[in-house]
Amino acid sequence: MNLIPYMIELLQVITLLTVAPALVGWIRMLKCWSQGRMSAGLLQPYRDLFKLFAKDIVLAENASWIFRFTPYLVFGTGILAGGIIPILSIDLPLAPTADVIVIVALFAIARFFTALAGMDIGTAFGGMGSSREMMIASLAEPAILMAIFTVSLTNKSTSLSQIVHVIYSGQSVLRPSLAFAFLAFILIALAETGRIPVDNPATHLELTMIHEAMILEYSGRHLALVEWAGMMKLSLFVMLGIASFAPWGIAARGSFIAIPSALLFMVLKLGIVGVLIVLIETGLAKMRLFRLTEFLGAAFLLATLGMLSYFMLD
Amino acid sequence: MDLNTAAQINSFLAALVLLTAFGMLVQKRIYGLIHLFAWQGLFLAINTAIVGYVADKHHLYISSLLTLSLKVGLLPYILHLLIHRLKIHKEVETVINIPMTMLIGIVLVIFSYHLMAPVTELSTLITRSTLAIALATVMIGLLMMITRRHAVTQIIGFLALENGLFFAATSATYGMPLVVELGVALDVLIAAFIFGIFFFHIHTTFDSLDVEQMVRLREEDVDD
Amino acid sequence: MLLILLGVPLFGAVALVFLGDRKYAPEINILGSAATFAAGLGLALEVYFQGPMLAGGKFFFVDAFNLYLAVLTSFVSMTTAIFSRRYMRREREHGRVGHRRIRFYHAMFQLFIFAMLLCLLTNNVGVLWIAMELATLSTVLLVSLYRTPTAIEAAWKYFLLCGVGIAQALFGTVLLYFAAEKVLGEGGEALLWTNLNAVSGKLEPTVLSLAFVFLMVGYGTKVGLVPLHNWLPDAHSEGPTPISAVLSGLLLNIALYALVRCKVLVDGSTQTHHAGDIMMGFGLMSLLVAAFSLLRQKDIKRMFSYSSIEHMGIATFAFGLGGPIATFGALLHMLVHSLAKSAIFFTVGHASQMHRTQEMAKIKGLFKGNPLVGWGLMFGVLAIVGMPPFGIFTSEFLILTATIKDAPLWTPFLLLGLGVAFAALLRRVQPMVAGDVPLNQKPMKIANIPVMLHMALVLIIGIYIPDFLNQWFHTAVELLK
Repeated sequence: MNLIPYMIELLQVITLLTVAPALVGWIRMLKCWSQGRMSAGLLQPYRDLFKLFAKDIVLAENASWIFRFTPYLVFGTGILAGGIIPILSIDLPLAPTADVIVIVALFAIARFFTALAGMDIGTAFGGMGSSREMMIASLAEPAILMAIFTVSLTNKSTSLSQIVHVIYSGQSVLRPSLAFAFLAFILIALAETGRIPVDNPATHLELTMIHEAMILEYSGRHLALVEWAGMMKLSLFVMLGIASFAPWGIAARGSFIAIPSALLFMVLKLGIVGVLIVLIETGLAKMRLFRLTEFLGAAFLLATLGMLSYFMLD
Repeated sequence: MDLNTAAQINSFLAALVLLTAFGMLVQKRIYGLIHLFAWQGLFLAINTAIVGYVADKHHLYISSLLTLSLKVGLLPYILHLLIHRLKIHKEVETVINIPMTMLIGIVLVIFSYHLMAPVTELSTLITRSTLAIALATVMIGLLMMITRRHAVTQIIGFLALENGLFFAATSATYGMPLVVELGVALDVLIAAFIFGIFFFHIHTTFDSLDVEQMVRLREEDVDD
Repeated sequence: MLLILLGVPLFGAVALVFLGDRKYAPEINILGSAATFAAGLGLALEVYFQGPMLAGGKFFFVDAFNLYLAVLTSFVSMTTAIFSRRYMRREREHGRVGHRRIRFYHAMFQLFIFAMLLCLLTNNVGVLWIAMELATLSTVLLVSLYRTPTAIEAAWKYFLLCGVGIAQALFGTVLLYFAAEKVLGEGGEALLWTNLNAVSGKLEPTVLSLAFVFLMVGYGTKVGLVPLHNWLPDAHSEGPTPISAVLSGLLLNIALYALVRCKVLVDGSTQTHHAGDIMMGFGLMSLLVAAFSLLRQKDIKRMFSYSSIEHMGIATFAFGLGGPIATFGALLHMLVHSLAKSAIFFTVGHASQMHRTQEMAKIKGLFKGNPLVGWGLMFGVLAIVGMPPFGIFTSEFLILTATIKDAPLWTPFLLLGLGVAFAALLRRVQPMVAGDVPLNQKPMKIANIPVMLHMALVLIIGIYIPDFLNQWFHTAVELLK
C-alpha cells in the first residue's frame, strides 16, 4: 500500500496548523507597517496561543455542553477541511470523500455551533453577535454556493482535486464566468472570515463586533482552540480561492519531490494574498450593518452573473 | 488574432458591459452613474473595433470611433455640465430597494437569454453569444428608467438602453449598414441636446428634477 | 418630383430657423406646405400613370400605399399651416408664446413634415426608423412649448415613453436585418423593403416572429395602442393645437403604416395569421379602453386624443383582420379620420382660444358665439362617431362587414366600443355647442378654410368615392395581401 499520499496528507494538515497563525501575524505586521506603527512581530500569534493554552478555563455556571464542545468541534472541522482542500498536492486520500459543497457545509456547521455557543451563556453580547453572524451567513451562503457552482460548471466537477486537475490541463483561462466568480469569491471571503469591510477582527466595541462577540466568553484553551480555528478559517478560505482560481504550484502527483516547491509556492501566494488583504483593509472602512445586505447582494449578483455568463457566453 | 481568441475577448467585454449595466442599476451617486456609463461606452467601442478587425468590416471602425466620441466623450461631458449647472443633489432615491432591483435584473438576464435562444442558434457569427447580453442590457436600462425617481437617471437609463441596442446590432449582424448607424447616432445626439434643454425647463418649472413631482396629468375621477 | 417633395420642407425648416419670428413667417410656412402638397400631387400623377417606382438608386420607393399617405400628409400639413397662421397669431397676442418660441415652432413644423415624408417614402427599413425617431424628436419640444408644469410633464412622458418604445422597434429592426442578411447578403440591400418583400417566404420564421413582437411594441407605442398609450392623451392635449392636429391626424397614421409594412413581411414569412391576430387583439383593446375612457374626460383635447386612440385601434384591428374588404376599409379609415380629426382640432383650438380654457365644462354656447366653430365642431363630432353620410360611417361599415364575415365572434366587442364612443362624444359635445355665450367673450376671426375644406372632403368621400381614389385603394389592397 502506498503510504506516501497519506504522509502528504498528514504533512498538509500540519502545514496548515503551523502556517495559519503565521498568516495572521503577517497580516497584522503589514497593517502596522502601513499605519506607521511598530508591529509585534510575525510570531506573536504563536505566543498568544501558547499563553492561552497554559491558562485556566473560566466557565459560567449555566454553560451547557455545547459551550464546552464547540471549540473542539470548530477546530476539528478546520482540520478536516484542511485535509480536503488541496494545499500542497491534489492527490489526497481524503479527496474523494468530500467535494467543495461539503467544505462549505463544514464551515456552516462550525458557524452554527459557534452561534449556539454565543447564545449559550445568555449574555447580551453573545446573542447579538450570533444574530448578526447568522444574518451574514444567510446572505453569504447562497452567494458562495453560486460561485462554487460556477467554478464547478467550468471545470466539470465539484471535487477540488478534479478542479485543479482540469485547470492544469489548460482549458479555461479568460472566461468571464470565472472572473465574475472570482470577484464574488473575494467578497464572500471577506464576509465569511470576518475582515473589514464586513467585520473588524480587532475590535471589542459593542456596536461593531460580530465574530468577536460570539466568542467573548471563552478563555484558556477553549479560547486558544477557537482563535486557532479562526486563523485556520482565514487560511483555508485563501487556499480554497487559490485552488479554485490560481492553483499553479500545487503538486500534481503524490510524490515527495514536488512537495518543497509546492510549499514554496504556497508561502509565496499566502504572502501576496496577505498584502492584498491589508490593502483592502486599510483602503476601505467598515460598512454599517444594514449595508451588508447590499454588499452580500452584490456578491450574489456577481456569482449569479458568473453562472449565467457560463451558459450564455461559453 | 484568431477567431477563438477574438470570441473570448468579445465574451469578456460583453460580460464587462453587463457588469457596468448592473453597476448603474445599483449605483446611487450621480457622478458614479456617469462614469459607469462612460466605461460601458468604452467597452462597447473596443468590442466593436475588435469585431471589425477580425471580421474585416471596415465600417465598424467608424462605428467604434463614433461610439467613442459620442458615448465616452460627448454625452458624459454634457451630463457633467448639466449636473454642475443645475446644482443637482448628488444622490438618487430609488423606488424599490437595491437587493430587490438586483434580483429583478438577474431575472431579466435569464429572460433575455431564453428569448434570444432561437436567434443565437441560427447565427453564424463569432459574436452570437453576446446577443442575449445585449438584450439584457436593454432591459436593465429599462428597469433603471422605471425604478429611479430622478430625471437624470432616467435619461442615463435611456442611454444605457441605446447602448444595448447598438451592442445588439454589432453582435447579431456585425453592425447595421453605415447609413443606419449614422442616422441612429444623429438621433442620439439630437436626443441628448433635447434632454439637456429639457432639464433646464424642468428645473425652472419644478425647482427639482425629482420626477415624482410630475404627477398632475393623471386620470381624474368623474364627479359629474 | 420626389426630391422637391422632400426638399421643400427641409429647406423650409432651415429658412424658418432664421425667419420664423417675422411677420410673414406663417405665410412662408403656408407657402412651403403648399409647394409640398403640389409636389405630392405631381408625384401622385406620375405614379398613377407609370406604376410604382423606385427612385434615388432604390433608396426611395413609391407605391399606392405610401403615396396616398404622402399626399394626405402634405395636404393636411398645408391646411394645418393655414390654420396655424390665425391660431398662433392669437396665441402670441395672448402672450402664451414669445418670439423665439414662434421661430422654433415654425422651423420644427417644417422639419416634422420632412421627417414624416421621409418616413413614408423611404425604401430602407432602417431609415424608416430614423425618420420616425426624428419626427418624434422634432415634436417633443413643441409639446412643451407653453412651459407650464403640465406641458413639461406631458413632453417628458412623450419623450421617454416613445423613446423607449422606438428603441424596441430598433431592436426589432436589428432582428429583421439579421434574418434578411442570411438571404439577401449584407449591406444596405438587405434592408430595402422591396427586396424583403420579394424574399419574404425565405426569411426565417422564428426570427421574424420575434422581430415582429419588438416591432409591434415599438411602433405600436407610437400608434397609441393600449397598453402603451399613456403618453398620447397628455402629449396631444398639451401642445399647441396645430401640433395636436398633425400629431393626431398624421403621425399616428405613419406609425400604423410602418406597422402594416412589417406585418406584411412577417405574414409572408411565417405563413400564419399570428401577426394579424396580435394586431387585432391590440386594436380591439385600444378601441374598448379608449371608448370607455372617453366617458371620464374633462379636458376637450384630451377627450379627442382618446378618440384618436379609439380610431387607430379600429384601423389596426382592420389591418390585422386582413382580406380585401377590411383592408380597404382600414385605408379609407386612415384617410377620413385624419381629415375629420384635424378639422375637429381646428375647431376645438379656436373654441378653447375663445373661452381661454380647455375644460369642457367651461366651454359653452358655440352656436351662438361663433357659428362656424360651433357647427364645425358638431359636424366633426358627428363625422367621427360614424354618422352617415360622413366618410367614417363608410369605413366602419366596411370593417364591420368584414368582421362579421371573417371573425364573427369579435363583432359584439367592436360594436360595443363604437357605441360607447358614440354616446360619450355626443354627450359631451351637446352642452358645448348649445346654450348661451359666456360673458366677456369677444368675437374673433378664425381660420375658415381648413375646417370647411376638411369637412367637405369627409362628406364627399362618405357619399361618393372618386374613381382614382377607388383605384388607389384597390392597388394598395393588392399590395398588402
